[in-house]
Amino acid sequence: MELHQLTIHELQELLRRQETSALEITRAIFARIRAVDGQVRAFITLTEEEALSQAREIDKQGEYGRIAGIPLGLKDNFCTRGVKTTCSSRMLENFVPIYDSTAAGKLFAEKGILAGKLNLDEFAMGSSTELSTFFPTCNPWDLTRVPGGSSGGSAAAVAADEVPFALGSDTGGSIRQPAAFCGVVGFKPTYGRVSRWGVVSYASSLDQVGTIAKDVRDCALVMNIISGKDPLDSTSVDLPVPDYAASLDGSVKGMKIAYPREYFKSGVDTNIQDTVKKALRKYEEMGAIVEEVSLPHSEYALPAYYLVSTAEASANLACYDGVRYGLRDFEADNVIDMFSRSRAEGFGDEVKRRIMLGSFALSSGYYDAYYLKALKVRRLIADDFSKVFADFDLIVSPTTPTVAFKIGEQIDDPLTLSMNDILTVPINMAGLPAMSIPCGFHEGMPIGMQLIGPAFAENTLFKAAFAFEQNTDFHSLRPALEVK
Amino acid sequence: MSKDYEVVVGLEVHAELRTQSKIFCSCSTAFGAEPNTQVCPVCSGFPGMLPVLNEKAVECAIKAGLALHCEIAEFCKFDRKNYFYPDLPRAYQISQYDMPICQGGYLDIDVDGEKSRVGITRAHLEEDAGKLVHQGDITTTPFSLVDLNRSGVPLLEIVSEPDMRSARQARAYMEKLRSILLFAGVSDCKMEEGSLRCDANVSVRPWGQRELGTRAEIKNLNSFRALERAIEYEAKRQMEAIEDGEELVQETRTWDEVKGVTRSMRTKEEAHDYRYFPDPDLPPLRIGRDWVDMIRSSMPELPEQAGQRLMDQYGLSPYDADLITQSPQILQFFDETIKLHPDAKAVSNWMMGDLMRLLNQNGMEIQDALVKPALLAEMLDLLNDGTISGKMAKTVFEEMFASGKNPQTIIKEKGLVQISDADALLPLIDEIVNNNPKVLQDYKNGKEKAFGFFIGQVMKATRGQANPEMVNKLLRERLDRE
Repeated sequence: MELHQLTIHELQELLRRQETSALEITRAIFARIRAVDGQVRAFITLTEEEALSQAREIDKQGEYGRIAGIPLGLKDNFCTRGVKTTCSSRMLENFVPIYDSTAAGKLFAEKGILAGKLNLDEFAMGSSTELSTFFPTCNPWDLTRVPGGSSGGSAAAVAADEVPFALGSDTGGSIRQPAAFCGVVGFKPTYGRVSRWGVVSYASSLDQVGTIAKDVRDCALVMNIISGKDPLDSTSVDLPVPDYAASLDGSVKGMKIAYPREYFKSGVDTNIQDTVKKALRKYEEMGAIVEEVSLPHSEYALPAYYLVSTAEASANLACYDGVRYGLRDFEADNVIDMFSRSRAEGFGDEVKRRIMLGSFALSSGYYDAYYLKALKVRRLIADDFSKVFADFDLIVSPTTPTVAFKIGEQIDDPLTLSMNDILTVPINMAGLPAMSIPCGFHEGMPIGMQLIGPAFAENTLFKAAFAFEQNTDFHSLRPALEVK
Repeated sequence: MSKDYEVVVGLEVHAELRTQSKIFCSCSTAFGAEPNTQVCPVCSGFPGMLPVLNEKAVECAIKAGLALHCEIAEFCKFDRKNYFYPDLPRAYQISQYDMPICQGGYLDIDVDGEKSRVGITRAHLEEDAGKLVHQGDITTTPFSLVDLNRSGVPLLEIVSEPDMRSARQARAYMEKLRSILLFAGVSDCKMEEGSLRCDANVSVRPWGQRELGTRAEIKNLNSFRALERAIEYEAKRQMEAIEDGEELVQETRTWDEVKGVTRSMRTKEEAHDYRYFPDPDLPPLRIGRDWVDMIRSSMPELPEQAGQRLMDQYGLSPYDADLITQSPQILQFFDETIKLHPDAKAVSNWMMGDLMRLLNQNGMEIQDALVKPALLAEMLDLLNDGTISGKMAKTVFEEMFASGKNPQTIIKEKGLVQISDADALLPLIDEIVNNNPKVLQDYKNGKEKAFGFFIGQVMKATRGQANPEMVNKLLRERLDRE
């Protein structure tokens, strides 16, 4: 195995035994990026020079803590001090923050090394990374297919061995869906578990920071670092963060696992249904109790999600007015004109579509019928989950209704594109923790299995995911990329 | 015409709360700093920034609510009010829409002895916006500059019921509200610095009509005087319009201080749709009753309690008590002076007369005055024991106000000592009476005017330093001996 192929914990072992150095690892990572990113196109910005000098510094100190010397990627909606943070938008093409987002800052404090910033659908709105203003990212398993989105750059970079792990954000499935499409592990914690401070907001009540990594152990390690109350984020929760590594014991004996019938029905590719069912049988073999349940309001989750998320987005994206930073139109005659022209030039179609949809849902006369109704549906969806979790430890489902689709296949059809999120959106609406782990292949493309837990039961997810991983080898398979 | 109509006024007052830092970040709230020196990524609306509520702002709101007899909500929330303007960095203002922190209070006003109670519908917390700075006039300036120092300063918006029936009542409400907020210690209430601002909702209706007339909201009222004048103007305008058979429209108008008129800004149809919705970045606010009780038990003395104390303890009239409780500083000045010179009426007269006049002339606050309670008390002692006359006291006071010098020093410097010594005055009186036999004869014939002549001559001879009471007494005795 080469350095760029290894997981965080494998690299840490080598560092501990002094068989490699932070500099060697960092060099290997950038060599790999040079070799494959021309095809994958996961990165928007590379920070090689700073990364190498940081690696030298870490080697000099000679102490390798939780992730010291480990390169990482950040979705380009995580603010990074002194490094461009574009959100894949014309609007922020040249925006350089003066602050690190809390989650990124925690990784930097543990001496993680930033390799670069990763592609996403503009302002995290999309499911394919085709809606990046700059360029689409390709799926490393098949370069003609999408990597999913919106954290498509993060998932593709990890799958292509360009970084051992990356952070992403998940508003309706933006970590789990690309992780499923790219055959890697994607983890979205409970709402409030990780600070959102410094992550460019899409929909504040749904956005949550998480990670994409090569295996469950790495995910647990990263989540342990970035989780916890942040005084700068009033929605972060002040609960102790357990040691997630302690739950990686490989046992699911007696664990009660539910699978919702609404997640295994038409609209979800039967090959995917079968593959996940097979995984459920595996769990049974391992001593878990598996039963079918119902989440009756599931079908309303997607429309309700589109009202809540766009309503919040319409306000969250209003700050991009050309006054203080970002793109400004200098031709305008007056201030109103400057606002509208700057925004017209700065935002892509999908972002505009969502801002308009959200503005409409909040308009006087429509508020009750749309926004308020959506909030009620949200409550019903959360109640559905609570009822199941009264009797079960875990819910298992497919992560996506299909495997990764072809680039360009759905781009002109926003409605079909939005159906990609149908199995992941309800979890954000309920604020629950969920992850996607590889569980098989169809047409040579990875299939993701989604594990959903009760609020703040991240350790249950890690426990079950790790047990599955121990008994399968899907996570260790990597796409064969031509090295250029 | 105005006798046929009733004026109805409700006020929306914005008071800046007296916190060290802004409502959602830790930037300073100090007034008057260089533009954009009290800003951070949060209050200038940078990507990914999140608000964190300042507990002190909530405490101030609770204090104000209690002082205004409001219910303090156990549960309230913050909402986003969406509109685009260059001084509003997030393009939404964080405010409270349908669940304000305070509801259902009142305050009592008194206009020429006519008391009335004005209901307070609600008071809610929100953040201030920044401001635009222009080179010269807004219509000719080549560009606008944005200063965000004020962005995020905590505000309490206090909304009254439409309970006022005249411009004078509206002014009295505003003055009373100001003194309550000052005594509660929650706001500096400086209208000239914008820390107390007010919009007036004005309508008129025929006497006896129950339903309210079409209202206009008047903005840009930067002083008590502007408030009073604008309401008077607007009420008259509306009455005339009705008389002329015009249909009034609900609109927002601005007060033009120079021309003394209100002008239309926008009508109801042009009003913004603010698309309020709960701010998902801020969890709802739960206010424990123990916290409210703690604040209630530590409330400072409020103007009404203080006024009652002044009437009970010193026998002041309600009018004087009202004047002295305009601000805690004025009350403190009174309380300190009265400890040294116990004549409450005299202290009150000097404070409300000469002191207030000079403060107003110089645009000063009482706490900035050079004349301190000890000086006033000493001057009043000197006036009492006859060392100086009332007229001299006025001169002494002006000098104390200007220089802060001790009254004894001023008297010496200006040679102001009053002549109250009978041995010094009697020879002078004798001389004047003897030199004016004709006037003396007039006096004897019962012409009282003659007495005045003699007084005048004595005062003239002593260059005003003679104690007038003493002269009066001695002269009368002397003349009656004739």
